[in-house]
Amino acid sequence: MSGVKPHKHKIKYERMRFDLRVVAFWIEPGSKVLGLGCGEGELLYYLKNNKQAACTGIEIKEDRVAVCIAKGLAVLQGDINEEIDDYPDNAFDYVILSQTLQQIYQPAKLIRSILRIGKKGIVSFPNFSHWGIRFQLLFKGCAPISRQLPYQWHNTPNIRVITIQDFRHFSKEAGFKIVKEVAINTHNRNRSGNVIRFFPNWRATYGIFLIG
Amino acid sequence: MSDYITHDKNGVSVGRVQKKYFTFAEPPDEMVLESGAKLGPVTIAYETCGELNRDAGNAILVCHALSGDSHVAGYYATDDSKPGWWDIMAGPGKGIDTDKYFVVCSNIIGSCMGSVGPPTMNPGTGKPYGSDFPMVTIGDMVDAQKALMEHLGIRKILAVIGGSVGGMQVLQWCVRYPEMVVAAIPLATTTKHSALAIAFNEVARQAIMSDPDWSNGDYYDGTKPATGLAVARMIGNITYLSDESMRLKFGRRLQNKSDFSYNFDADFQVESYLRHQGAKFVERFDANSFLFITRAADYFDLEKQHGEGSLVKAFANARAKFLVVSFTSDWLYPTYQSKAMVKAMKKNDLDVSFCEIKAQWGHDAFLLPNERLDIMMKGFLNRVWRETA
Repeated sequence: MSGVKPHKHKIKYERMRFDLRVVAFWIEPGSKVLGLGCGEGELLYYLKNNKQAACTGIEIKEDRVAVCIAKGLAVLQGDINEEIDDYPDNAFDYVILSQTLQQIYQPAKLIRSILRIGKKGIVSFPNFSHWGIRFQLLFKGCAPISRQLPYQWHNTPNIRVITIQDFRHFSKEAGFKIVKEVAINTHNRNRSGNVIRFFPNWRATYGIFLIG
Repeated sequence: MSDYITHDKNGVSVGRVQKKYFTFAEPPDEMVLESGAKLGPVTIAYETCGELNRDAGNAILVCHALSGDSHVAGYYATDDSKPGWWDIMAGPGKGIDTDKYFVVCSNIIGSCMGSVGPPTMNPGTGKPYGSDFPMVTIGDMVDAQKALMEHLGIRKILAVIGGSVGGMQVLQWCVRYPEMVVAAIPLATTTKHSALAIAFNEVARQAIMSDPDWSNGDYYDGTKPATGLAVARMIGNITYLSDESMRLKFGRRLQNKSDFSYNFDADFQVESYLRHQGAKFVERFDANSFLFITRAADYFDLEKQHGEGSLVKAFANARAKFLVVSFTSDWLYPTYQSKAMVKAMKKNDLDVSFCEIKAQWGHDAFLLPNERLDIMMKGFLNRVWRETA
């Protein structure tokens, strides 16, 4: 059969969003991956074509689901909190929750489910203790608005504020292990960024955690 | 499904196609039906578009709905007023790209559009089958399609695609012949009829059977039960639309008049529309076929037939990659029914994609131009094609 050659669909690592690059770096080639809230499937597309991963995504918005399926990804439209329950234990090598934790109503329950169906979980979120956010609150006295969290208090879809420090505490409380963590400084949809090694809770715009 | 067929707005078409026939199960080797009854010879009308690859790996089977036929795309003759029923989806560069794939569509058995059905001559009696036609199931329809595919030299089907009753055939294929189906696209369909769906079918059947011209199904040498069939179609048409689509399409507008007639003429546009649809349907469809096919759809129950009551178990042997699509305003086969099959597929660790498309046109939405549906079908087929290569 005259199929399209696979390498035609490879995308350059550098062209991916910086935070997704960190996530992609952690995924072993040939893994089975579930992306929760996968958006238009940028990361899954990369993993499928560059790392030969078997990818599935869950996304609630119809237009984004259509984009994913049109790209050749296996994606289901639905609410991640409900859809996750259908999978058997250890069905995936990695379950990814990228930049969505701040919108989750029951984070402990979701993380438990992630680690039930996945051998490993990857969770990333905007760090609310970045100095820019702290300064806004301190000097302006207003609910902070940043490039990572660009909403007013009355129109934000984010129902929680999380800091890198909070997530570490939470891991102990909820009883899961942080295998790896990286703090990065990048903007919302940006391809550029850098890893923060010193004072991440002050300086990083995002925290990314590999949990198990 | 209703009649929406129009010419492609960009004039893109697969061009001339032919209605072909394949006959098998000649006595004494009749086809044994699910009910145990025997049927033979079995003739199937079918159409093909595109070219079959040398390894026969690019075949797509399109399954039509209740009142459809094998004429899926293109034109029989250059002066045809309408192309095949899914010309907007199947053609060069379209959702089902006939430049890449070999598309087969066959008329279901029990129908009246060329395949064996109640109006066919019964070789045993020399008269049309009529009331002697055996009850056929969705499974029997699929078995007949399988015989056709084998006749065409196709052992593995790249994708089986269909909406509504066509979608039931798709699902049946996946659980009955899992090794033959690479991918499947069930659209606006269900694994079993709800009581609501059976109820509408029953009322439609009663309309036919209470027409004195129906004569217990043996009317072929007399008058057809035209009134009964027209009413049955009118009922069907209501279920294919939605509250919203009827509000937009008709509202309470009157048909060519400014006031009520104060009698029982078709005052409202919606009445006039339904009467027109009913009358048009009588010209092209057979009342017995309507009875048989609606019955087959009511009997269809994937979990009962293949999963001992469990839908998860029913999909245990399925291997296909699935793209399941439902439409928001479809109240005949609502989204919860698609979600139930998706759940069962997930529990079996199957490769499944699902999208609920926002559409106001009710159950019929799968037949109407929809760019979102086009790009998803195209992308999904492209992927399975690549992954088999």
